[in-house]
Amino acid sequence: MAAHNFLWSLTKNCFTFGLIGLTVSDRYASIVPVRGSSMSPTFNPTTDSFMGSLSDDHVLMEKFCLQKYKFSHGDVIVFCSPSNHKEKHVKRIIGLPGDWIGTPMTNDVVKVPNGHCWVEGDNPSSSLDSRSFGPIPLGLVKGRVTHILWPPQRVRHVERKNHQKRHSPS
Amino acid sequence: MRRWGLLAKEALTQTLTFARFFCLFHVTNHYLWSPTLVFGPSMLPTLNLTGDVILAEYVSHRVGRLGPGDIVFVRSPVDPNKIVTKRIVGVEGDRVTYFKPRNGDSCHTVVVPKGHVWIQGDNLYASRDSRQFGPVPYGLIEGKAFFRVWPPNSFGSLG
Repeated sequence: MAAHNFLWSLTKNCFTFGLIGLTVSDRYASIVPVRGSSMSPTFNPTTDSFMGSLSDDHVLMEKFCLQKYKFSHGDVIVFCSPSNHKEKHVKRIIGLPGDWIGTPMTNDVVKVPNGHCWVEGDNPSSSLDSRSFGPIPLGLVKGRVTHILWPPQRVRHVERKNHQKRHSPS
Repeated sequence: MRRWGLLAKEALTQTLTFARFFCLFHVTNHYLWSPTLVFGPSMLPTLNLTGDVILAEYVSHRVGRLGPGDIVFVRSPVDPNKIVTKRIVGVEGDRVTYFKPRNGDSCHTVVVPKGHVWIQGDNLYASRDSRQFGPVPYGLIEGKAFFRVWPPNSFGSLG
């Protein structure tokens, strides 16, 4: 009888903490692993496939920016891929609505439409970003990366970096 | 001294209960279902101009069971702070033919790219939808409307 009560209260506690954890990670902040080298050297500066996912950077992603969808140039964001909503990507915002972005590869100048943003990885040679799939709607953004939390020797604040030669306000 | 201990314990219990209810409320409103107020002319005659209370469910779009004909809530690609209500006309791979009633009545055909959907309002004359801003990534879909609660004379399931 006592074991039954204990099991029941344990289940209730697990359920409560699960709910609280889910709510906090949806509304406030959560921890995500970064895979791939498209953001080298900011994240995953060494491609060490021997260690696998243990050596991947784990970052803190905050969701307060989603109240008004207000971002700044150089913010690192996590967003759903426009071609596959189940995949999430981590890139840096280069252009906000109204900016003109120059793409040297096609000698084109693109204006970022209202409600969209232009994202690029810090490692242009191995990054699938807005240079391939164009500007993405801001509604796809799931959070903003503020700190690296793992591995311990790389714990630091993620800085905003501006690409002065890539964007110009309209 | 013991009174403060008792008071602190009481405060902790109340806070935990409040947190429990708040989290249950959040999880229900984001993962199960919730009532929403919709208004505007773009879904006439299905939805009223002056406002309906609709029940939205958040399960179908997570398991990928959305198809043409569903009324969905989508975060607008033009303004991420607004959520619009439209009907899915085509999913990825479909050929969609549409016309813009005030732009010379010319017909256009487009193939919906991978990972996107084509949404249109039922009232083609007063709706800003995929005919203006193009196909919308599936990740912008927030929920599906399945039941109307108010006004009472049109109480019942939708589409």
